[in-house]
Amino acid sequence: MKNLLAKDPTNIVITGVGGQGNVMASRVLAGMLVAKGFYVTIGETFGMSQRGGSVMSHLRVSKKSAWSPQIPLGQADIIVALEPSEALRVLSRWGNPRVAVLSNNRVVYPIGVITGDYDYPDEEKIKNIFAKLTAKSWMIDATSVAMEMGNPVLSNIVMIGALAKTALLPIDRRAFEKEINKNVAADKRGANLAAFDAGVKMV
Amino acid sequence: MIKLLSAANKEVLFMGNEAIARGALEAGVNVAAAYPGTPSSEIIENLAAVAKERNLYVEWSTNEKVAVEVAAAASFAGLRSMCVMKQNGVNVASDFLLHLTASGTRGGLVLVSCEDPGALSSVNEGESRYFARMLEMPLLEPADFQEAKDLTKWAFELSEKVHNIVMLRSVTRMSHASGNVICGKLPNKIPQARFVYDGPLTDPLTGPVISTPVGVKHKLQQEKLKTAGELFEKSSFNKYIGPKKLRLLIITSSACYLYSKEAVSMLGMQGCVGILKLGCTWPLPEKLLKKYLRLTKNIMIVEEVLPFMEENVKVLAASYPKEIGVKTFYGKIDGTFPSVGELNPDVVAEALAKIMKVKYKTLPASYAQELRKVAAVIPPRDQTFCPGCPHRASFWNINAALKLDGREGFVCGDIGCYAMAALTPAIGFHTVRTLHSMGSGTGLASGFAKLDMFGFNKPVVSVCGDSTFYHAVIPALINAQHNKADIIFVVLDNAGTAMTGFQPHPGLTLSAVGETVPAVDIGKICEAIGAKVEVSDPFDLGTTTKKISAFLEEKGNLKVLILKQTCALSPEKKGKKQYEIKVNEELCLGDDCGCNRLCTRIFRCPALIWDKTKKKAVVDEVICAGCGFCAAICPQNAIVKTEVDAS
Repeated sequence: MKNLLAKDPTNIVITGVGGQGNVMASRVLAGMLVAKGFYVTIGETFGMSQRGGSVMSHLRVSKKSAWSPQIPLGQADIIVALEPSEALRVLSRWGNPRVAVLSNNRVVYPIGVITGDYDYPDEEKIKNIFAKLTAKSWMIDATSVAMEMGNPVLSNIVMIGALAKTALLPIDRRAFEKEINKNVAADKRGANLAAFDAGVKMV
Repeated sequence: MIKLLSAANKEVLFMGNEAIARGALEAGVNVAAAYPGTPSSEIIENLAAVAKERNLYVEWSTNEKVAVEVAAAASFAGLRSMCVMKQNGVNVASDFLLHLTASGTRGGLVLVSCEDPGALSSVNEGESRYFARMLEMPLLEPADFQEAKDLTKWAFELSEKVHNIVMLRSVTRMSHASGNVICGKLPNKIPQARFVYDGPLTDPLTGPVISTPVGVKHKLQQEKLKTAGELFEKSSFNKYIGPKKLRLLIITSSACYLYSKEAVSMLGMQGCVGILKLGCTWPLPEKLLKKYLRLTKNIMIVEEVLPFMEENVKVLAASYPKEIGVKTFYGKIDGTFPSVGELNPDVVAEALAKIMKVKYKTLPASYAQELRKVAAVIPPRDQTFCPGCPHRASFWNINAALKLDGREGFVCGDIGCYAMAALTPAIGFHTVRTLHSMGSGTGLASGFAKLDMFGFNKPVVSVCGDSTFYHAVIPALINAQHNKADIIFVVLDNAGTAMTGFQPHPGLTLSAVGETVPAVDIGKICEAIGAKVEVSDPFDLGTTTKKISAFLEEKGNLKVLILKQTCALSPEKKGKKQYEIKVNEELCLGDDCGCNRLCTRIFRCPALIWDKTKKKAVVDEVICAGCGFCAAICPQNAIVKTEVDAS
């Protein structure tokens, strides 16, 4: 696999809801890219992650230097969403006609929807928005696959596997394996690899 | 291999806070003390994890003032030490700091303040940079991840050169951001602690470490600051990036440097805009500033949150009009930048474009219009208590008892996750009516309770978390008891400093480095103060509400209720359900029930959702933590809990 970026810096937003493993996903992805010799800057908002809020990581990948930990508006190249309305939230601020979106379809209802004050857009509507406003998009059921594997939180790694398959970034299974060997406890590596492989099959 | 101990010359991805911790290790730090607070907590967590390997003493202190005192003792004994806190922690520590900066220090002592512009995880966006000016101590601000490490290391050297504490200021976008860092060498010497105090009173290096005689020590302190300023003139942490001839000079520091650099590049103005990035921001390196201020008439200052650097640069510029000419300043004071909140590349680019009278290309108008339409269909995602959070149950109990009491009682809040009970979206019932600094809820309650002589007769409840109790509540509690304040004080004891990532506190038998230590019992302290103390489980709805109700009937004295239930995210609970929860569809009457959707409209647990098709409540098994409390609130008993077989 060539270590080339389609654009420098490549701007990635990984988003989800607190508790979905957003930060873990961004660290694993960043680790894989640093190992390939890139500068990676991650900007994170996880102070609210414990309390059901939106969580977002901005990754800037570059051959040249560190970049601002906040991506300028309208400048995301790739959006990876662990929750579909969070994909829309990020798209509405960082979207542009060349953006690619990979989204999980598992809904985590915001409190305002639970109370009945707001409506949650249905999956068809979200897919139509992706089709209209992105260059490429994928909607996959990562959580169901992770649940079949025994742990819904593995959906973050399923998403990373799917992202690798999209070939939007110079990452592959070997790089993933190297990264989790460094940062994941030995007894959890098998499950992570299986989740990655499952994700690869979903795109 | 622990990443923090990576070999020299190795390039690793560090979070800003990891880089600061690594810098301290490279400086040979011996002692580190802190009180947890977002975005600072990972520094101590990282150091604690390597304490054994690196021969460090690391502690979670009771509060920030004690943390500085613990670190200062090590410095007085010739060791290198650091204390770490979030922005408002500096306020707590400031009284000691006023005296410490006057007495001076010996071994390198660094105060790390991690601030939160935009209040991303705070109830304030306080600035501690003004303390550097007010308390006359040197201030350093890293602008990227490599600098976060290197500047921390240098801060220890600087502190030893000037024999005073040095403040290193980070922000959320630095502390919680990550980037590439090339590691330096880790030293291998183990120093001996030695406290010398037999010398003369006026010699801070051999005599007693005190802030008097004030005239002598204050003078000396100012000379130290001057020396720091001279060292700053030559520091490579201040650098200019830009052309020799320029139309505008940006002066900036910290994460704002990365925003400024990006904004200049977004507008393609590298040929006419220069950036003077300062790593040393107090005292200002005067000669360096004069050199670059001369280059152009237009000066833009990019900083967060208050115009600290802007004020300082303006004072400097006003002192040398003949040398540097008259300037036009763009910053916070003239409204170029918003006076509150955090900045980002877009805000800087917009300001720069306006001053330079250019338009920068953004999205095609039709596409931007479509994005606005998308924004309109996204439901907001407000913060709330986690599924299984004991606080939701505690406030349900408190609210029920106050409603039954009927005298419009209210709660004075405090700092922790439970502060969310002051926010409407978090829970469907208002209980918390004041929210300020650590410990202030109980002080306020103590004050409210004394207003009866002016006709104020509402019951007053104050709440605080277990960690907050030790940090700052005890003096307020003693005040309430001694002054006969009729309040109910509720400790929301969830067995850890949960909001910042479950750090241990004095109520636990675990230290920062995992050793067994004596626990200090909250109930016994309250009893020793003389208060009546009750303990209950917030998940036991009937008993807990009754206890609060009984306290509401008991007049004239301080009453303490300790609500014990471990945080749902604690390592012992996380991922383990005590109960399997299901809604019995036959029992749930849905919209036809007189409860008016109490479970979803008011209770607001993210796992208890409303099925629009069936018009009944349903449990999201992926999100449910299995605490079982919701079973107690349904008037139809339609929420059914089944104990999960732990084996």
